[in-house]
Amino acid sequence: MPPRPLDARALAALAANPGCRRRALLDGAGVDKGALAQALGAPAAFGRSQFAFVRGHAFESRVKADGGAELVRLLSEQLGHKPPEPDEVDVPELTAAGPEGRTARTALALRQATGAGRWALLDHPMLALTIAGTPAYLEPDAVVVGPDGGWTVVEIKSFAMIDGAADAAKVGAAARQAAVYALALRGVADRLAAGRVSEQALLVCPKDFSNLPTAALIDLRKPLATTRRQLSRLVRVEEIAAGLPEGVCFDPDRPAAELAAAVAAVPAAYAPDCLAGCELAFHCRERARQAGLVERLGRSVRAELGGLATVESVLAAAGGDGGDPDDPAVAALRRAAALRAEALGREAAPCR
Amino acid sequence: MSLITTLARFEAVRDGRARPVATVRHRHLAERPLVLVPLTTAGETGAPLGALVGTERTAPRLLTVCQPRDRDQRAAFLAALAEEVLPHIEGFAAEVTTEERTETDPATGRRTPVRVELCTDAPQLLVPSAAGVEYVRLLGRSMRFRRTAEQDPAAAFPAPPRVPMLGRWLTHFAERAQVPGSSLLLSMTGLLTRHWATGQSPLEDQHLGSLLAWIDPPDGLSGAEAALRVELERDAEGLLCHPPAGPATDPAFDNKRLAPALARYDRARAVGRGVERAAAEMAELLATQLRPAWDAVWHGLDLLRALPEGAHVAERWKRDRWSYTAHRDRIRAGEPPQPRRDDAVTAARKLASRETAQARLEAQEALDDPLVMAGRRLAGEAFAGEVTAVVMEYTEAKVPRPRPLVTVRTEDAPHLAEGARVHRLLADGRTQTGEFTAAGPDRLTVRLTGGMGRGRQPEPGTVPEPGERVCWTLFEHAPRGGPALPEPEHTPWTHGGPPGAMADEPDPVTAEDYL
Ligand code: SF4
Repeated sequence: MPPRPLDARALAALAANPGCRRRALLDGAGVDKGALAQALGAPAAFGRSQFAFVRGHAFESRVKADGGAELVRLLSEQLGHKPPEPDEVDVPELTAAGPEGRTARTALALRQATGAGRWALLDHPMLALTIAGTPAYLEPDAVVVGPDGGWTVVEIKSFAMIDGAADAAKVGAAARQAAVYALALRGVADRLAAGRVSEQALLVCPKDFSNLPTAALIDLRKPLATTRRQLSRLVRVEEIAAGLPEGVCFDPDRPAAELAAAVAAVPAAYAPDCLAGCELAFHCRERARQAGLVERLGRSVRAELGGLATVESVLAAAGGDGGDPDDPAVAALRRAAALRAEALGREAAPCR
Repeated sequence: MSLITTLARFEAVRDGRARPVATVRHRHLAERPLVLVPLTTAGETGAPLGALVGTERTAPRLLTVCQPRDRDQRAAFLAALAEEVLPHIEGFAAEVTTEERTETDPATGRRTPVRVELCTDAPQLLVPSAAGVEYVRLLGRSMRFRRTAEQDPAAAFPAPPRVPMLGRWLTHFAERAQVPGSSLLLSMTGLLTRHWATGQSPLEDQHLGSLLAWIDPPDGLSGAEAALRVELERDAEGLLCHPPAGPATDPAFDNKRLAPALARYDRARAVGRGVERAAAEMAELLATQLRPAWDAVWHGLDLLRALPEGAHVAERWKRDRWSYTAHRDRIRAGEPPQPRRDDAVTAARKLASRETAQARLEAQEALDDPLVMAGRRLAGEAFAGEVTAVVMEYTEAKVPRPRPLVTVRTEDAPHLAEGARVHRLLADGRTQTGEFTAAGPDRLTVRLTGGMGRGRQPEPGTVPEPGERVCWTLFEHAPRGGPALPEPEHTPWTHGGPPGAMADEPDPVTAEDYL
């Protein structure tokens, strides 16, 4: 099986759960987690409706129509500039062989466009970023180069902006994704010693209930800082791999039991948010359940419970059969259990 | 999540079954709620695909859109929805009582009592999940600015007659749903999670079927097993056996069933033959995705109805009745639809009133339910115990007033500073205030400062006796807001509210709106 390249969405998801070595290794090694989950007997529920796909596609081509004039108009409008005439926007050719070729082609186009002092739309450029020792190739929807030499990441999304506001969670995810692109762009700018990467990305969405585009600038400063910090904290893939027993293999064609053992050899950090972002979630959830880990009830639960990591230890502490009574978390649980029992009338109130 | 709720989740894991987090029902349930289970088309915001709607459990009305890209079909769907929903909503407008309230006379600026109408009951709308509430808001937004042919003869694509009105009402319901403790529009997942804790995460609780499986599993299965099955089980073709009607459909359903059925429908229309059969097939198909959620909502209602209603629920429902009545009045007064965006003042006022509602709800739920109060006690916001001593003392005024010292034995550890005010519910429903004075080992002493009548001696029953159990709260029982009056945002402009900005224009409708 050819390894799957890391894309920005995977990177942003990885950065959202940087504590998970399992994901870091599998993504870093280019393992197809969807196929792996299927082979493990816990297929992910992700899939894309063809209706969403068709509509998303149609919207993106609409936004990029007219030689980029519409997209550049949306950006200059947001920046308060006078929109250029259609013939003032260049759309450089970016096709080349292989990801390395396309990356080099993109860098060349960025240099030329920056020197030209004109507007340019780079449609699906390719950028490279080394993450935890693994090179990743990223393909943003578009990058716009302004006459002032500013580079702006463009995210074209199919969720609507209604009365100027869009779903905050989706905007946040788009910002994290754009931050990864901006990081990769900065690398290019540094190497070329030209251009300036904007700390704002242009988010383009359908307006209200229509298929007409509308746009907003999203501030990347915070997501940039967070993403950079989290990516730097990712343990290097080789380091994780070095800690594995000999002969571990994640080829989805291997028998399920062997695969399960291989997966189990890499430590995970399951939390319910995994359900929205990782193909292995059903597998990891089941393992977390079997191990009685408290995180499967929510990431915040762990913080409330101090050092108590398993369901069993929590219940024992609450029931007075375990845990150090001087531990504030244990004492609070015990008190909570007594109050709950009193209110549910299963026990006489202690002072009645 | 409070620790007491977290603990309930752990108990649920242990028992393989949901555990109660309330001993009474904290939300109003209408005798005849209107249940709405919507389905939406993937990729297109707010585009309806189908719905089950009605007040009869066994006889829902099925509404479908055979070709979501067809503007006329969408309009027909919304018209049918209006036909089904509006008579129910408007059916509560005529029966009223009158209430007195004080209003500022615009001419004199003086506060004067006026008598106003209050509808004796209000409609209640139930949807399966939180996403359903959001969808109601979207539907409302997409319809309320539309113009009918009568309103605007020049409109390029006039809306069917009752559609803008439905948009205004759905907007009102969705707006009201943001007020904590309100019950005009509720999601079944929200209702159930308020009363039970499952052994899964809040995220997973958003699947109504799986949540119900934890609370009331079928025979022979634990809640945990049943929930997992509901969540994951797929047939040989990879289709979900228990679709959640999200209101989004499952992508596998879209690709394997919906797309082919749509293609057959389009073909039938193109050749002008078999259209009816294709439409019937589509309706049948959508019903398979809607019916499980419809049944689940009613199943949830059965479970909730078995709980006794909390003492303050009726008081909060009265606020919902005010809200409904006020919106009725705005429509009758010919006011324009709710604006696209609130102006700064309105937004701030709404926020403030929601904060008040939140504080009021938290106080009332604690007073109505010992299990909720237990959470407040654990958090140090209340304490309960047995009275061990009462010492009569009096003020030094010319007419001395009683100021007895009441000592209780308690294991609770409230966050009290000396002189802090505490509150207690009396048997007659009034609130008594006190002042925290001293703490000893397992003992707390409170000086009663009110609620004992006007005389030198306290009225009988207003001072607890040794051996009695009492519960004091650090929070006020009726935080700001006082008697049940309409919330500021619902004060009709005709009743002295500020006239808003000019009415918003309808959304431009172009061929681009539909692919
Ligand atoms: S689902 Fe498993 S592998 Fe994926 S991020 Fe969560 S714990 Fe890691």
